[in-house]
Amino acid sequence: MTAGRDYDVLVLGGGLVGAAIAHGLTRRKLRVAVLDEGDLAFRASRGNFGLVWVQGKGRGMPAYADWARLSADLWPEFSAELEAITGQPVYYRKPGGLALCLSESEMEERATLIRGMHNQQGPKGYDCQMLDRKAVREMLPQAGPAVVGASYCPHDGHTSPLHLLRALHTAITQAGNDYLPEHRIEQLEGLAGGGFRVVAAGKTFAAPKVVLAAGLGNPGLGRQLGLNLPIRPQRGQILVTERLPAMFHYPINGVRQTAEGSIMLGSSQEEVGFNNSTSVDVLSRIASRAVRAFPVLAGANLVRTWGALRVLAPDEFPIYLEAPDYPGAFIATCHSGVSLAGAHALRYASYVAEGRLPAELAPLHVRRFDVQTAARTEPRAHRISGR
Amino acid sequence: MFKRRHEPNHALTVYLDGDPITAAAGDMVAAVLLASPDPRCRATPVSGSPRAPYCMMGVCFDCLMEIDGVLNRQACLVPVADGMRIRRQPRPEPMALT
Amino acid sequence: MSPQYDLAIVGGGPAGMAAAVRAAAFGLHTVLFDEQPAPGGQIYRAIEAVAGGRPQDLPILGPEYRRGIALVEAFRKCDATYCPGTSVWQLTRELELGIVDAGGARMVHARHVLLATGALERPVPFPGWTLPGVMTAGAAQGLLKASGMLPDVPVVFYGGGPLLYQFAWQLAQAGVPVAAILDTGRRANYVAAAPYLPAALAAGDYVAKGLRLLNGIRRHRIPIMRGVSDFQALGNDRVREVAYRQGGTTHHMAAGLVLVHAGVVANCQLTQSVPCRHEWYGPQRAWRPVTDPWGNTDLAGIQVAGDCGGIGGADAAVHAGRIAAFEAARRLGRLSGDQRDTLAHPDRLAWRRHLLARPFLDALYPPSPGTLAPDDATLICRCEEVTAGAIRAAVRLGGTGPNQVKSYTRAGMGPCQGRECGLTVTEIIAAERGLAPEAVGTYRIRPPIKPLTVGQMAGLDDATR
Ligand SMILES: Cc1cc2nc3c(=O)[nH]c(=O)nc-3n(C[C@H](O)[C@H](O)[C@H](O)COP(=O)(O)OP(=O)(O)OC[C@H]3O[C@@H](n4cnc5c(N)ncnc54)[C@H](O)[C@@H]3O)c2cc1C
Ligand SMILES: Cc1cc2nc3c(=O)[nH]c(=O)nc-3n(C[C@H](O)[C@H](O)[C@H](O)COP(=O)(O)OP(=O)(O)OC[C@H]3O[C@@H](n4cnc5c(N)ncnc54)[C@H](O)[C@@H]3O)c2cc1C
Ligand code: FES
Repeated sequence: MTAGRDYDVLVLGGGLVGAAIAHGLTRRKLRVAVLDEGDLAFRASRGNFGLVWVQGKGRGMPAYADWARLSADLWPEFSAELEAITGQPVYYRKPGGLALCLSESEMEERATLIRGMHNQQGPKGYDCQMLDRKAVREMLPQAGPAVVGASYCPHDGHTSPLHLLRALHTAITQAGNDYLPEHRIEQLEGLAGGGFRVVAAGKTFAAPKVVLAAGLGNPGLGRQLGLNLPIRPQRGQILVTERLPAMFHYPINGVRQTAEGSIMLGSSQEEVGFNNSTSVDVLSRIASRAVRAFPVLAGANLVRTWGALRVLAPDEFPIYLEAPDYPGAFIATCHSGVSLAGAHALRYASYVAEGRLPAELAPLHVRRFDVQTAARTEPRAHRISGR
Repeated sequence: MFKRRHEPNHALTVYLDGDPITAAAGDMVAAVLLASPDPRCRATPVSGSPRAPYCMMGVCFDCLMEIDGVLNRQACLVPVADGMRIRRQPRPEPMALT
Repeated sequence: MSPQYDLAIVGGGPAGMAAAVRAAAFGLHTVLFDEQPAPGGQIYRAIEAVAGGRPQDLPILGPEYRRGIALVEAFRKCDATYCPGTSVWQLTRELELGIVDAGGARMVHARHVLLATGALERPVPFPGWTLPGVMTAGAAQGLLKASGMLPDVPVVFYGGGPLLYQFAWQLAQAGVPVAAILDTGRRANYVAAAPYLPAALAAGDYVAKGLRLLNGIRRHRIPIMRGVSDFQALGNDRVREVAYRQGGTTHHMAAGLVLVHAGVVANCQLTQSVPCRHEWYGPQRAWRPVTDPWGNTDLAGIQVAGDCGGIGGADAAVHAGRIAAFEAARRLGRLSGDQRDTLAHPDRLAWRRHLLARPFLDALYPPSPGTLAPDDATLICRCEEVTAGAIRAAVRLGGTGPNQVKSYTRAGMGPCQGRECGLTVTEIIAAERGLAPEAVGTYRIRPPIKPLTVGQMAGLDDATR
């Protein structure tokens, strides 16, 4: 059976990355179908922390630091327009964000990172400063004595990732394009004369272009185009409390009060493969750190905990490219798909539409891993920190 | 909405929004509330609509009250104690969304 | 962590208590956790307090309730460690239980786990079901058991099922005026149930008891309306009246308290959180864990007994508890397979006999069409205040199952964790998509399944350090 419609682009994967790009293509009046899995799937987009974050991103990769900052700059426009089109709130706020330090050594480590970023970004500047104990307490009166200081970046913000995903799906379908869940891609084929054929849910779809945005499913799809995409799952566990009165004005790495009032605590970084369950040892460490930072949280009831899988390259930066042997096939895979939604919708989609990725994204091509040593990519086990 | 059939064997006093009321040993906090003139326990965070205990067995979480200074306790699962301070919960202050 | 107990039982109702008594008799080092302050479970709630301190309430509660006295006495005498006021908020495949009591949270490890967490009253969404003054019939009955309290305002019953009639009769006996019983049951239900009547008659006194109840209610001249639909509770800050349709017209009736009941469903929160394998049980329109005849789930060392494995009622639960204990004793090396079979035989026969009544009751009291497919304006998720219409819209947007619908709408994200909306959401999605509920699935349940504070969770870190 052939899908009844003609499409300009097939977007493979309907998480935040695929949906943001599909929304951007929709804005440019292209005919798009988003093919996604169903109710039960590894979908980082519904298990993440919701930060739209700049600080600390892109150490050792200026292209990514710039891209993350660009996305944060685009977010106000991106979210306002999305809300206007759909009438649905995404609760984006940009008060600036803090990364807390709970010991002198954490403070030193953080200061070194931020200093490094300043040096790396050079004349472009890097808006992030270290705050002492007193300055932090002025911004976050609930901070406990364990809080030694923080780094603060005015470009940081947060959103509701779930509302965001819903608004993106709404924008896509509202404009007449298709969001097709329960369409797990069984086969992806680059055609000899150009263009692509995709088989999903027993139907065949064809289009001149495809975007591979299937998160942890991307390596499997990439292989069908002769690409080796070195992506692995990394688990993050998160705890969420009941709805509480407003108390945190700023998003903090590891503590975020949502628009609904519930407070998210997280998240771990664990190399456990395709396993998104939770474990008390990790959850209790996250909780204990949160209570040290904000003793007032001790009395809040937990409503839920969960594990979700990040989509991670060996160096943890995004992977963007057009498949060398299959022009028209674009790959977009990243951690921080919330933060990057602005750039994906308003920039990456345009590159896809125009059929060319800009030179600025070249450092994020997958070929960077061909020259890297294995040592650099050794997975680190079980950390708990910001994200 | 409810009344006791008999005088309590072991009466004790709890404070509902500051007012003393008589309870019986073995009562759950929610029972005392339902025997008071106003069965409401809270206003919801989402819409501020009034709620009262619904299931009395720990399932619905509608009976959340402030008990001895702790917010959001399930009043249908907490036994009364002499001198306990019970408060109805107003709608929590919502987040400023700008 | 090395196991502190041979057997950990969750739930101190008839199933859990009966299992504890048997298991302890085999010398198994047994612990029983229950969140209530006293043993008895739902049906025998506060039985010791009533028997000891308020015997005047016993006649109202009837001979069935009295049966709990002997069960609780035997349980109190047995060697199992009893931990009341203790909630189990997590169970892992490794048989570690997260518990929380007045002293805080702890993890305990057992060699074998028996879940006897009972049943929940089925959620019955209708416009106004969140108003103060709307409660479940079981909730009001619980007040009578635990506190000797009765309604002092006009009571309207809505729904159906044995518990509804039982409690209406108890109220009438106690002199509480019942304005009406608005039963959603239709004539077709009798036709559907008729073939199962002979089996139900063989099951014991279930049918006779039901007829006695109905006669009692008639004697008290309580009006019973059948085939009721489009029920609403009306009022601003609390219920003032109800509206409903019957016989083609809309009726209004003053009410101070609306007691709702549409049967009970298995409480699978803990088994779903592990997760054990579950199946949709069509006759009861609810999930239940998949088990073998001994209550073993698909996960080694995790067993269920009583109503949390599928509704069978209090008497069946006692036998199921014992059967499970014999199997636990075999698994833990105290009995051979043959010994287990011999010992369990009488309970097995009795258990089967009690279950003979179920197909009849299930067919006679199915949830009404309005309960399974509420109007768009009706709230489905009480916690997050999500309507049926919002859920249907989420399905159209691409939410093909409860988890994506939840992610779109927040239904199921509140403190009750889907206990009050899960079944309805599954039914609505199934209807929208033209699929069976089984194909649609259910919420992924995650710990903590009982309230736990951030501080208590943090305390576990210090404890393990
Ligand atoms: C714990 C945690 C916290 C995080 N916190 C943040 C944060 O604060 N800020 C931030 O910016 N980012 C954060 N992230 C990262 C962010 O969530 C991800 O980068 C982003 O969601 C990735 O989106 P995606 O669309 O690439 O992947 P996914 O959301 O995983 O979506 C991929 C989609 O592709 C579908 N799919 C897979 N295979 C196939 C196939 N064969 N056919 C059809 N469909 C397929 C899947 O079903 C899924 O819907 C966090 C992630 C985690 C796990
Ligand atoms: C309100 C109500 C009234 C009922 N009335 C009748 C009746 O009159 N006649 C009849 O035959 N049946 C009745 N039933 C059906 C009832 O389920 C069974 O009769 C019987 O109680 C089942 O016994 P059980 O041992 O399986 O579970 P239950 O008696 O329900 O016992 C389960 C126990 O487990 C505890 N528990 C559950 N989860 C946890 C946890 N996570 N941590 C700690 N403790 C936990 C509960 O507090 C409860 O004490 C009623 C059910 C309900 C809900
Ligand atoms: S009344 Fe339902 S949880 Fe307390």
